[in-house]
Amino acid sequence: MRVVIENISKTFEDGTGEHIEALRDINLSNEENEFLVVVGPSGCGKSTLLNIVAGLLPATSGKVVFEGIPDESRPHTAVVFQEFALFPWRTVERNVVYGPEERGLPRKERQEIARYYIDLVGLTGFEKKYPHQLSGGMKQRVSIARALANDPWLLLMDEPFSALDAQTRTIMQGELSQIYEKTQKSVLYITHNIQEAVFLGDRVAVLSRRPGRVERIIPIDLPRPREEHIMLEPKFLSYVDQIWQHIRGQAMEALTEEKP
Amino acid sequence: MSRDRRPLTETVVQDKTAFMVRREHRLISFLFILGLFGVWELIARLGLVSPLFLPAPSAILVTGYKMILSGEVFHHIGASLWRIFWGFSCAVIIGTFVGVLLGFFSVAESIGNPIIASTYPIPKIAILPLLILWLGIGEYSKITVIGLGVFFPMVINVYTGVRNADPVLIKAAISLGSNPQRIILKVILPSALPMIFAGLKLGIGIALLLVVAAEMIAADAGIGFLILTSADLMQTTKLMFGISLLSMLGLIFSWLIDRLEKLCIPWKK
Repeated sequence: MRVVIENISKTFEDGTGEHIEALRDINLSNEENEFLVVVGPSGCGKSTLLNIVAGLLPATSGKVVFEGIPDESRPHTAVVFQEFALFPWRTVERNVVYGPEERGLPRKERQEIARYYIDLVGLTGFEKKYPHQLSGGMKQRVSIARALANDPWLLLMDEPFSALDAQTRTIMQGELSQIYEKTQKSVLYITHNIQEAVFLGDRVAVLSRRPGRVERIIPIDLPRPREEHIMLEPKFLSYVDQIWQHIRGQAMEALTEEKP
Repeated sequence: MSRDRRPLTETVVQDKTAFMVRREHRLISFLFILGLFGVWELIARLGLVSPLFLPAPSAILVTGYKMILSGEVFHHIGASLWRIFWGFSCAVIIGTFVGVLLGFFSVAESIGNPIIASTYPIPKIAILPLLILWLGIGEYSKITVIGLGVFFPMVINVYTGVRNADPVLIKAAISLGSNPQRIILKVILPSALPMIFAGLKLGIGIALLLVVAAEMIAADAGIGFLILTSADLMQTTKLMFGISLLSMLGLIFSWLIDRLEKLCIPWKK
């Protein structure tokens, strides 16, 4: 299974009828079992790209193709949102089984799926809690479990840890890395955090500012399993620096430019 | 400046927000109500005001007790409750349905919103004569006027609730494979539940108001009928007992809806 993003462009029309070019000619591919990270300064349209891949937003031109899917019984994608997007009226368990429920799986199977993924994200014992009873980090674990429980071909993650505090974020990065190594899912991960991109990614695609274009694709040659301490290694730091040099100037521009 | 120099005065920092602490004064509220009734009783007993205008609370209680014994009161309460039940429940079901329709489908919104905006301000009791003309003087016209009164707060609240459903939750449901119908059932309706309950609370008050008004215009039973005929016959104790019945009904209704809300919205903090 391979996901090919072909010549995707996206132009928005803002309130005053002005056209804003968010993405221009994006060409990317998500290889089988690959953890692909898209990193870029704010306003580079990286979330727009994810929404297009998820089918939550139409592209102005270009297409997203899933190659080599044997049958249509499994969903193409599932999204983990920055805002968690848990259903507040559903307990942890019922949130996790939402996808399997929509696919019409029998109750017994749903329960097994729920148990497996709740365990995978380390939330056993919290099945009956409502989202408002959980911390931010726990909520995002539920959201990850919910997306995985639907067994998508491609897991989409839209800045999933941006709303978390720095310490929780570091822990969650480590856990996500383990989950990825265990499940071997294809992942498309959006972030503005360069350390996070290098720590998690097999490849990092650097997007330029508006209109977003793929500036460079950098393969991250760091061994797995990855643990926190690799963030201190020279090789890791040189990747981070390399990406930062690409983004720095544009991030400065983003800082001084007025909001469109 | 030397470190061990002592200050000339000492002022301890006080909690300046102390006056904002709100406590529950159950005893005070109980005693106050008791005192109020005591004064009222005293005024009546001393004959300061004619019992024709202000009967003693004890006299009202005795009358009420007699009416309970004779079963007369249940006859009236039953008639009113029956009308409220049908008017209210039909309006809640139809109102919720229409509210979801208006909130979810833009065509329905364009058709429905102007109609609702122009008919909502009409005091519903003004339509009662027309309803009697159309539906006759019996139960249908009363039930319909109650239904109309409850329908509007339901529609408007449900519509607002649906429109305010969090778009990211809808996106999440789509990404997990829900189709539009399933999204209405599994995302929009639960999102709108708190607003639905706000509509129920508004609606039940309006239902109580309209049932009394309708029964005063044309009825042979019901709390409104009881109040009006008692006034005509100068039976002030009966009249006032009728009014206290309405107060009690209102309290019971809002208690029931509160309980139901806690049951239906367990995720609410």
